[in-house]
Amino acid sequence: MPQISQLAATWASQFFWLALTFGIVFFVVGRGMLPMVQKTIDSRDRSVAADLAAASSARDAADKAEEAWRLRDQANREAAQTLVAEARQRATAASAATLATAQAEQAQRVAAAEVDIKAATARVLGEIEAVAAEATQDIVSRVSGAQVSVDEARSAVQAAMANG
Amino acid sequence: MAEGGGKIDPMHQFLVEPLFGTQNWSIAGYNIAFTNSAMWMVVATIVLIGFMSLGTKGSVIPSRGQVMVEGAVRFIDNMLAQNIGPEGKRYVPYVFSLFMFILFANVLGLLPLGVVGVHPFTFTSHFTITGVLAILSFAIVLVVGFWRHGLHFFSLFVPHGTPWWLLPVIPLIEFVSFMVRPFSLGLRLFVAMTAGHILLKVLAGFVVNAGNAGLGVGLLVGIPSFGLMVGISALELLVAGIQAYVFALLTSLYLNDAVNLH
Repeated sequence: MPQISQLAATWASQFFWLALTFGIVFFVVGRGMLPMVQKTIDSRDRSVAADLAAASSARDAADKAEEAWRLRDQANREAAQTLVAEARQRATAASAATLATAQAEQAQRVAAAEVDIKAATARVLGEIEAVAAEATQDIVSRVSGAQVSVDEARSAVQAAMANG
Repeated sequence: MAEGGGKIDPMHQFLVEPLFGTQNWSIAGYNIAFTNSAMWMVVATIVLIGFMSLGTKGSVIPSRGQVMVEGAVRFIDNMLAQNIGPEGKRYVPYVFSLFMFILFANVLGLLPLGVVGVHPFTFTSHFTITGVLAILSFAIVLVVGFWRHGLHFFSLFVPHGTPWWLLPVIPLIEFVSFMVRPFSLGLRLFVAMTAGHILLKVLAGFVVNAGNAGLGVGLLVGIPSFGLMVGISALELLVAGIQAYVFALLTSLYLNDAVNLH
């Protein structure tokens, strides 16, 4: 086993070169290059953590904005609904008022028209009486030759008309 | 590999050989020859630095290489954060260096570079290396422990809730288990690497020798052995990662003992 048989002859050389190379490794790699790598790792970890924090705060802000928007939206909707209800009420009231005035006017007009109709009917009836009385006078004189006064004829016509 | 008339020596791969005629280099009487082991340490260092350079651009959107580097860094970072807590940040450079150095050494030693004539050498299969790394970790644990807690660090040997009548025994057991730590740390890696490599070499020897023994034997023995080698190579890659992880994990657990005393 060379590790044992050569021990006495080679240990000093082994030790020397190990001390040299491991020393170089420790100072160049462990002390020189390792901190640079660690710095990179740390800075990346930090920036990743910062990015994550920024993202999460942005998400929180977005959530808050959405919540606020939802509240505002709801408020707007309610306001709109009140507005619509008010408008509907106003419209109903207005149409009711218009309807009422219209009905009143109509009723008035109907009443006036009825009065007119009554007057016209009376007038027409009067005229019919006169014509009928004249006709009666004429008919009587033609048929019987007797002269009937206007008043007599008229009362006879009136009596006949009253009976239907 | 094949030496002495078809005999295959599975231990040959662990031989440390000086390269480029440097066998006489020395400092203060100690030989510091630039060996194949040292060469693979240098290779591991260079490859590791090259790998890490993929991750130092610092772009916010990482490239594929940067993702790999950052994954490794995060892995060790999380391990220390979980095992030690916020204090663990301070030990990331050491544990990360340890983990990556062992991982790259293990994986580089497994590469089939023999195909192109380069002989890979797994220096973590030598307990000279793993022992030094283990003692280094253990020493750091001791220094941190005594630095932070002073002599109070010795209360590590008296776990919480120890009944008074066990006091003569428990500290002794705890002390032994504490002192065994560097050995378990170093030997585990050494044994895992050595065993896997020997197994692969023995199976490779089967394939070669069966091939030399003729077509029938070659197919009968060679093909199953080769199939087994493929499977074990995959397993060895897993072991390479796991052993590096275990080394780093145990180091961080021991550091936790030292930092958060009870």
